[in-house]
Amino acid sequence: MPGAIYAEGLVKTFGDVRALDGVDLDVPEGTVLGLLGPNGAGKTTAVRVLTTLLQPDSGRAVVAGIDVVKNPDEVRRSIGLSGQFAAVDEYLTGRENLRMVGQLYQMSSRDAKRRADRLLERFHLADAADRTARTYSGGMRRRLDLAAALVVSPPVMFMDEPTTGLDPRNRQQLWEVIQDLVAGGTTLLLTTQYLEEADHLAHDICVIDHGAVIARGTSDQLKARTGGERVEVVVHRSDQIEPARSVLATYGKGEITVSSHTRELTVPVTGGARLLAEVIRDLDARGVEIDDIGLRRPTLDDVFISLTGHAAEQARNNGPGPAEEARQDLEEDVL
Amino acid sequence: MTAVSPPSETTPRVRRGALAQSVVDSLVVARRNLLRMIRIPEMVVFGLVQPIMFVVLFTYVFGGSIKVGATISPQAYREFLMAGIFAQTVTFATAGAGAGIADDMHKGLIDRFRSLPMARGAVLTGRTLADLVQTALTLVVLAGVALIVGWRVHENFGKVLLGFLLLLLLGYAFSWIGALIGLIVRTPEAATSGGLIWLFPLTFISNAFVDANQMPAFLRTIAEWNPFSATVQACRVLFGNLPPGFVTPDAWPMRHPIVASVLWSVVILVVFRTLAVRTYRSATG
Repeated sequence: MPGAIYAEGLVKTFGDVRALDGVDLDVPEGTVLGLLGPNGAGKTTAVRVLTTLLQPDSGRAVVAGIDVVKNPDEVRRSIGLSGQFAAVDEYLTGRENLRMVGQLYQMSSRDAKRRADRLLERFHLADAADRTARTYSGGMRRRLDLAAALVVSPPVMFMDEPTTGLDPRNRQQLWEVIQDLVAGGTTLLLTTQYLEEADHLAHDICVIDHGAVIARGTSDQLKARTGGERVEVVVHRSDQIEPARSVLATYGKGEITVSSHTRELTVPVTGGARLLAEVIRDLDARGVEIDDIGLRRPTLDDVFISLTGHAAEQARNNGPGPAEEARQDLEEDVL
Repeated sequence: MTAVSPPSETTPRVRRGALAQSVVDSLVVARRNLLRMIRIPEMVVFGLVQPIMFVVLFTYVFGGSIKVGATISPQAYREFLMAGIFAQTVTFATAGAGAGIADDMHKGLIDRFRSLPMARGAVLTGRTLADLVQTALTLVVLAGVALIVGWRVHENFGKVLLGFLLLLLLGYAFSWIGALIGLIVRTPEAATSGGLIWLFPLTFISNAFVDANQMPAFLRTIAEWNPFSATVQACRVLFGNLPPGFVTPDAWPMRHPIVASVLWSVVILVVFRTLAVRTYRSATG
């Protein structure tokens, strides 16, 4: 039996660009699929097709058991969409925004009001409920947008880069909301540029590039394919590279790469934080001064390099931007 | 945070027929747009500045030197002018509708609306209805200013009211042109200028500000068949504002201006509503 979100051979072209080039998806009911990829990979196009905003050129998509192309109105009753840009009316208050959405789902005015009150309470917006949304912070707007997507408690949710542009605290809060939602039985498709986010929230991950799924599996499976952790050390002086290299050789599980220009050594390891502590002690014992040391996990770029042979950077059309930011975010939890 | 109600919870839904749903959805969207107008009053105010400026400029700067009908008289021109300014004002609502829709596209609100199970044309109908309310308010203020500078009507209340209804119908039809422009250009700035540029030749190559009888033959034909001229002529007839010695042209729309005005407005409304709703359904933000 197909899952709550099912797609087969989805193709969508814009002029010469094949935004979707035969995408297959199958998300079992009550699970979370993370759609991971750089800008321009086709994530948003996939969401737009699945949420009836865009007609595919070919292929089939079924959401909540309903055919997306044949029965878009029925699909719209069963889904919630929270977009990349917080789509709330900034000149309406939080309460007015939610009531409007409720009424457009054909709730009676009274039910829409009651539902709005409850969502405002749950998303910690009750105090700001009668202020226009333009006075809200980025995180509050995002919560309001998410609340709008949940007005009818849809069984299937789509979230297109829900945390892009949020600060770490707001991101964390939104993750908690998403986890609660999934605990309640909602099926969720989430797109993200952040490996860490997919790791944290998704049961399964699809990596998408140039409109095609290039890898799928659990986060552990993907990491295993990508190569595991590695230790990166920056020594203080050039003449300390050699002693550092011999220390790393005893812990490493592969080739050591050295950049003498930046005095940086990198080696694949297994053993996590405890191993890192041993490496530091050992380097210290040999008198190697360390400018920087860290345990790096696979980043989005690592996933891309290992899966496609090219960096995520080159996979994008838009120049450096969010993916760059994504990599930095992932590297924040280095130690 | 506590769990956000499980999906098993049924959504209370009022079941309505297609037409009733379309009306309710349109009104919900219209209410939203009216709330926006109240909260961004400067947009309404700026919408008034231009027509008031035209009333004053044309009345006092050109008023004494433009020949209408058989006379050059400031009072005759003043009365002649107002129907033209009113009609130009209602068509300028096009730019507002266009900018509003383009802004909604830009901000992702159109995506949100399109992902909801609402009536197809309701987002655009709601917007154009809100613009209609704004246009009506603008006309009230403008008519007040016109009375202050000396405009007078010489027909009964029913006829004057009919004249204003024709103006509103024309404005409503034109706001659908704006809606279509907004959906196509996607940025509010482009929609504002794209909604206005073509209105200048349209409103000036017409009988709005001058007596078309005095134009060269080629322009006069365009002016007489200009959809805009039909409403202006109809209003002049209904307000009793035709200047002394005015010779009604032979062109059919000028001979039957009320019917022509309604016909033109309905045709524009049907054509552009159809195109706009179709574009909305396939809009890709």
